[in-house]
Amino acid sequence: MSDIADRVKKIVVEHLGVEEDKVAENASFIDDLGADSLDTVELVMAFEEEFGIEIPDDAAETIQTFGDAVKFISDAS
Amino acid sequence: MMRRVVVTGLGLVTPLASGVEETWKRLLAGQSGAGTITRFDPVNVATKYACEVPLGDGSDGTFNADDHMAPKERRKVDDFILYGMAAADMAVKDSGWTPEDEEGQLRTGVMIGSGIGGLRSIEETTLIIRDKGVRRVSPFFIPGALINLISGQVSIRYGFKGPNHSVVTACSTGAHAIGDASRLIQFGDADVMIAGGAEAAICEIGIAGFNACKALSTKWADNPKAASRPYDEDRDGFVMGEGAGVVVLEEYEHAKARGANIYAEVLGYGLSGDAYHITAPSEDGDGGFRAMQAALKHAGVTPDQVDYVNAHGTSTMADPIELKAVERLLGDAASKATMSSTKSSTGHLLGAAGAIEAIFSILAVRDDVAPPTINLDNPAVETVLDLAPNAKRERKINVAISNSFGFGGTNACLCLGKPR
Repeated sequence: MSDIADRVKKIVVEHLGVEEDKVAENASFIDDLGADSLDTVELVMAFEEEFGIEIPDDAAETIQTFGDAVKFISDAS
Repeated sequence: MMRRVVVTGLGLVTPLASGVEETWKRLLAGQSGAGTITRFDPVNVATKYACEVPLGDGSDGTFNADDHMAPKERRKVDDFILYGMAAADMAVKDSGWTPEDEEGQLRTGVMIGSGIGGLRSIEETTLIIRDKGVRRVSPFFIPGALINLISGQVSIRYGFKGPNHSVVTACSTGAHAIGDASRLIQFGDADVMIAGGAEAAICEIGIAGFNACKALSTKWADNPKAASRPYDEDRDGFVMGEGAGVVVLEEYEHAKARGANIYAEVLGYGLSGDAYHITAPSEDGDGGFRAMQAALKHAGVTPDQVDYVNAHGTSTMADPIELKAVERLLGDAASKATMSSTKSSTGHLLGAAGAIEAIFSILAVRDDVAPPTINLDNPAVETVLDLAPNAKRERKINVAISNSFGFGGTNACLCLGKPR
């Protein structure tokens, strides 16, 4: 697994309080990992902070799964 | 006939300890919860000490946040909500009232207030905006700082769907919450109310703010445990405390029908306004007097029946004003009553003070013992009242009153007694 994926996973585990093995490629933050809409806002902020990037609101809405997040950040970095 | 309200559950998080019986034991033993501030570096503020909740693994009376809220949830709320949730959790468990049926849930409400709310969160978020910009403001900042979010969080955890309300009356908050919640039961809006107050304002902005009002003690950095000394010559302001007190209030027949343990009865409640000054009480103490008078009238209690007064007694210049008002209220009976300020041990918990002190009054009624006023070495007052200096008083306590007065000239008095 890439360095980016590891770091994203760590953030997800920490913020959502879920087991690491639950954070699969297609795991949906809301449907599978118990996040609500405020949690997802906070997750995106944490990604921005960790990777020093800016994720505009309309892009943030497309990040629904762990895989989405890794792909977006990989493309942006 | 008016519906009667009794107390069937208690929860405490205080600077003395986490837990009702552990706090009560230390209070009666005359311990102090004061120490040097650790919540932030107090290098820049005039007051270097406060009464902080002892944090730890939960043993020996320490507060273990994990026992009450998952780390994931805790991160999203200010500490005043954490303390309030913890005290509510204890009180609900103590009462045994966790209805699974809809009717029971609909008839149970929550009214837990705070004097200031998420002050530390406001401070931290302001610095985030300055240092990192507005895009770094947490989506949980607002719901983690709003005062009524203890009531909201408690209702969500337990499914309590009755009245959901919150009180904000500075240092009278806890007493007003318990009094107002008991009225909701009397009026028939609910059969059970979870009520109380919580505070966590030991942060730089909180200490600096109260220092600016000249309200806090500053001269006892070398011996913080002696700093809160109501009625004493050497008092120089209040010592800030933090924590929460929550009670389960229940309609009497409802409590009896389910065989609940009844600690005490809420006999009366009185409220008044000073209409005088934003921070100082009126010099004749008339506002406090009228609140006490109203509570006794509501309770149908005569002054000579009052055995114990838990004073507001903040260890400030206002102490003698309240004392005179109590003497005026009790008249010839004053010499038979005991009055103590438990703030000498706990410090002043602001919006939680009225709630923890109502609980101390309830326990005084239960155990027939009045907690002491510690650090009262050189009284600055002359009175026939027994102020229980430095030692608890074992005595019959059928009726107790608990006073709380707040900035803005807001006064509340609760009258609590053995169930009739």
